[in-house]
Amino acid sequence: MSDPIRSTNNQAKPVIVQLFAKAAEITGTRQITLQLSGEETVGTLFRKIAINHPELSELKASLRFAVNHEFSDDTRRLHPGDEIALIPPVSGG
Amino acid sequence: MGRLIKITDGPISIDEGLRQVAYHSNGGIVTFTGSTRSSTKDKKVKYLFYDAYVPMARSEMAKIADFIAETFEVRDIAMVHRIGKVPIGETSVLVATAAPHRAEAFKACRYAIDTLKNTVPIWKKEFFEDGEVWVGNTPSEKPKHA
Repeated sequence: MSDPIRSTNNQAKPVIVQLFAKAAEITGTRQITLQLSGEETVGTLFRKIAINHPELSELKASLRFAVNHEFSDDTRRLHPGDEIALIPPVSGG
Repeated sequence: MGRLIKITDGPISIDEGLRQVAYHSNGGIVTFTGSTRSSTKDKKVKYLFYDAYVPMARSEMAKIADFIAETFEVRDIAMVHRIGKVPIGETSVLVATAAPHRAEAFKACRYAIDTLKNTVPIWKKEFFEDGEVWVGNTPSEKPKHA
């Protein structure tokens, strides 16, 4: 049996970042796949993404985050295989 | 116990929601439907479009159902949200709650729709004659179940 958090090429499983609504529209992408480098939190990962997508800075103050379908704050520690979501202010109804 | 939690890209069936909650032990059913409005701040809206983080939207809706079951003892609830393009005047959201007596059903329905609008990851975009905008209200209050 292989270690579930490692893929067969011995590289750690990446994390998947999902973007929605305005965040998806201004970046032109709905999904980003990234490798974690060492100990990362939601906040450090977001800063990495924002380097490639500076347009996200206009949303930063209003964005919330989710990890594996649960709202999480930006100090939450990430693990290989986590699913992170950038959540702009919701407006369902 | 009747529970319907659904995200759909087609028209919402109010009957389907009511069937899920209409038990003979329930004397009161409260139904809220939200429909797409033809104007906002004096601007004419052509249609709306809804985006959703579907698996998380479902789990947040389930949390609302769990909360009203514990708090109001209302265990029969239907929550359905439509996504994608929604023409003006059509139903975008349905909440139906049923209980032996009306007071608890009203409270539960009010709590469910108010919380859904604050916590469920669904987003609305308004399309006008001359542009389009994502509607975003900063979450104003922390939900009680969070």
